[in-house]
Amino acid sequence: MSLYQLTSHALLDLIKSRQVGARDAYIAVQERIKAVDPKVKAYVRMATVQPDFTGALPVPIAIKDNLCTKQEEITCSSRILKGFRSPYDAGVIERVKQSGGTILGIVNMDEFAFGSSCETSCYGPTFNPWNLQCVPGGSSGGSAASVAADEAMWALGSDTGGSIRQPAAFCGIVGLKPTYGRVSRYGLIAFASSLDQIGPLTKDVHDCALLMNIISGYDERDSTSVNEPVPDYTKALVNDVKGLRIGIPKEAFVDGLDPEVRKSVEDALELYKKLGATIKEVSLPHTPYAVATYYIVATAEASSNLARFDGVRFGARKQPTQVRKNALVDMYEETRSQGFGDEAKRRIMLGTYALSSGYYDAYYLRGQKVRTLIKNDLDEVFKDCDCVLTPTSPTVAFKVGEKVSDPLSMYLSDIYTIPANLAGIPAISIPCGFSKSGLPIGMQLMGKAFDEEMLLRVSYTYEQNTEWHLKKPNL
Amino acid sequence: MSQFETVIGLEVHLQLSTKTKIFCSCANVFGCPPNTNVCPVCLGLPGTLPVLNHQALLSGIKVGLALNAQINEFIKFDRKNYYYPDLPKGYQISQFDFPVAKDGFLNIKTGNAEKRIGIKRAHLEEDAGKLVHDASGSCSLVDYNRTGTPLIEIVTEADMRSPQEAYDYLNTLKLTLQYLGVSDCDMEKGSLRCDANVSIRPIGQKELGTKTELKNINSFKAVKTALEYEVRRHEQVILAGGKVVQETLLWNDEKAITITMRSKEQAHDYRYFPDPDLVPFTIDYKVIDSVRAELPELPQAKFQRFLSQYGLSDYDANILVADAAMSHFFEEAAKEYPQAKKIANWMGGPVLMELNHRKLALNELKLTPKSLVALIAKVEEGVVSNLAGKEVLTMMLDEGKSAEQIIQEKGLAQVSDDSALIAIIDEVIAQNAAVVEQIKSGKPAAAGFLVGQAMKKSGGKANPKKLNELITRRISGA
Amino acid sequence: MSISKQDVKYIAALARIDVPEAQLDAMTKSLSDVVQYVETLQKLDVSNVKPTSHAVPVGNVWRQDQVKTSLTNQEALAIAVEAKEGSFKVPLVIE
Repeated sequence: MSLYQLTSHALLDLIKSRQVGARDAYIAVQERIKAVDPKVKAYVRMATVQPDFTGALPVPIAIKDNLCTKQEEITCSSRILKGFRSPYDAGVIERVKQSGGTILGIVNMDEFAFGSSCETSCYGPTFNPWNLQCVPGGSSGGSAASVAADEAMWALGSDTGGSIRQPAAFCGIVGLKPTYGRVSRYGLIAFASSLDQIGPLTKDVHDCALLMNIISGYDERDSTSVNEPVPDYTKALVNDVKGLRIGIPKEAFVDGLDPEVRKSVEDALELYKKLGATIKEVSLPHTPYAVATYYIVATAEASSNLARFDGVRFGARKQPTQVRKNALVDMYEETRSQGFGDEAKRRIMLGTYALSSGYYDAYYLRGQKVRTLIKNDLDEVFKDCDCVLTPTSPTVAFKVGEKVSDPLSMYLSDIYTIPANLAGIPAISIPCGFSKSGLPIGMQLMGKAFDEEMLLRVSYTYEQNTEWHLKKPNL
Repeated sequence: MSQFETVIGLEVHLQLSTKTKIFCSCANVFGCPPNTNVCPVCLGLPGTLPVLNHQALLSGIKVGLALNAQINEFIKFDRKNYYYPDLPKGYQISQFDFPVAKDGFLNIKTGNAEKRIGIKRAHLEEDAGKLVHDASGSCSLVDYNRTGTPLIEIVTEADMRSPQEAYDYLNTLKLTLQYLGVSDCDMEKGSLRCDANVSIRPIGQKELGTKTELKNINSFKAVKTALEYEVRRHEQVILAGGKVVQETLLWNDEKAITITMRSKEQAHDYRYFPDPDLVPFTIDYKVIDSVRAELPELPQAKFQRFLSQYGLSDYDANILVADAAMSHFFEEAAKEYPQAKKIANWMGGPVLMELNHRKLALNELKLTPKSLVALIAKVEEGVVSNLAGKEVLTMMLDEGKSAEQIIQEKGLAQVSDDSALIAIIDEVIAQNAAVVEQIKSGKPAAAGFLVGQAMKKSGGKANPKKLNELITRRISGA
Repeated sequence: MSISKQDVKYIAALARIDVPEAQLDAMTKSLSDVVQYVETLQKLDVSNVKPTSHAVPVGNVWRQDQVKTSLTNQEALAIAVEAKEGSFKVPLVIE
């Protein structure tokens, strides 16, 4: 096995026993990037700063283009942030650096995280390492593809409606969205402040636990950061689900669910049964309203969060050649119209509409109330279940260009992942099979707030009893 | 007499004097070179988040209590969305439906009456930056030092019925808030800003007339002048058969007129919604009680107490209460000397004159309560005359010395010793026989002339009271 | 319930985004489709439901009133699009 193919925990073992040097591992991954990224296009720019290889956990890591990193250009894959170099490091970046992480570069995403396919990036799409005609998922498409292609040992992404889990599923890797408030949002360029969380994308569950140890924890610069002690997540890596209760919502088997995905998930349930878990049929009756709720609440918050991209202080400013309204308003409009892509404009407009005078009650306020109903459904289910299992996505990775012109159909692919963001609970996606066409299938486990340990245990058990996570794409 | 009734409401924005800004830890100071007091948070850089300054919240509660308002048990912050270069995030963090305080009042003295002005609400929000037009006239420059300064916005009910009442309200509000120590309330420094809403209606009509909002007013006097102008303007419009247009107007102090703002975007759709980056706050009654317990005595209460405890006149009490430093100084002095009225006289008279003349604040004068009391004692004891005492004060302030030192060094002590004076008096009596006759024949006031003469002979050092006493005694037969 | 072209023009102005005439129809349609979809929420009875603004019940988060170092003027202006005399430069702003 080549160095770049290792998991982080295997690499760290080798580094500890001095069989491999941290720098060697970094260089090996860099070579791998040179070899395959022209096809995958996961990276938008390589790190300009040479890492220090002397830290405790010198794992080569890829960073999503929305995490402020000093001295690196960070653009959210948008033209409007061209040239922006943050004067400060995000909380998670500080933690990664402190742990000795070696940053390889910045990876692609849907512009401002608006998307589920990595196709709205101003740099063009990233491609799925399992089938270069297909999307890697989004918005953390670059993060997922880089890990799946061994172009990074692990990566950081962000998840607002499924943006870590869905690309993890499409790329056959592990992706976790932590409990809201578990990981600091300070330095994450915000999409929807009440839904966003930063999380790990990794080759296996053990790595996921390791990276969670590094990035989790209270940050006084984030008012929504929760001062809850961080356990050692690797202690949750236990191969045992006997007596655990796994809920499967009857609403999970919707129209539009790919039969192959359905089969893989049902097989997983059988395996869990065999391993001693109890499977319970449960109901999340407000599931059909989740996508609509999300597209009101998230876009409303986003429309306000993106107001600061106006060309006044930073980024790319544009001015029309002839005055239209007045120089200032023209600058705002030209900068934003030229700087934002179509999907970004759509979402900003939608969000602005949902908050506008006369519509606030009907849309935003109502959305927040339905959110309560969705959260209550999950709270109710968790009274008798330790975790809830669903497919991560109704389909496997679709072809590049297939859904771009139909935003609504793109939005509906988030049906399984959105509820966890609305409720603030943790959720993980792990590989559970392959389609006949060779594309990965992922399943999702949702847990109670701050019970990432349950998710890791249930995922780890499945992983230890299957071999999906050992497969690699043919690049 | 006008056939119209004026209705006025005021919105005051006050900068709180906390150590740091409201949502970040930059220093809350005024007058720094542009963009030298900023951080990623108050610059609104991508990825930054607000964290509330606890002191700002406590100050907000203090203000609410001082305004006799109800402190909301549950408060939150909302985003007010609009675009302007001095607003880095493209929204201002403010409070929409759950402000810190609501339904309060402030008692003011206006004319000879007392009036209660209702306070609708007081809420916390962040200040914006400063936009200046570049000298070249081709661009504008933005300084974000002021962004994030904690503000409290105090909104009255439309309870004022004249520009004078508005003026009186502002002065009372300023004094009250200065006492609280939450702000220096200085319109010139920009720590206090005032917008006014005014409408008129025929006397007796219940319905309010169309109101206009006045901005860009830079002094309390200008508030009064601007409102007087605007009321007249409303009257003229209505009497000419027209309708007042609801709009925002800028006060032009130079021309003394209100002018329409050029930008047509009058009605903003602010799209208020709860700020998801800030959590809600529950204000426990214990917190409110502890803040209330620590409130300083406020001006109205202090005024009443000065009347009853020290027997001061309204006039004297007003002067002392009008400045928190003055009233504190007075009370410290009163601890050292029983004749409070005398202290009040000196403070309201000579001390105040010195302050005005030197354009200094009380704490900048080389005077302490003890040193003032020592001077007053010297005057009361007759060591120096009242007049000489004022001169001694001036010298004390110039040189930073005590009354004792000044009197001794300059040899200002009055001569009060009877024997020394009698010699002078006898001379004067001998030289002014005619006047002596006048006094004897029933014009005691003529003794004043003799006192004057004796003063001259003593080189101004004789104690005039003593002189008068002795002259009268001498003449009447001793 | 759907969005009209007039609505779209109003929202675009609010959002400081220029939607040229040529793109107005397409934008109106995309937005209309989504707005129509989210209308499903009107079916629910939310009369006794409180809105969720924060998924995790955290409250009363504040910090002590202590000064921390800020950025230098140089650091602040390092990101500037245009700067002049220590300030951020923008087109002339007319009141």
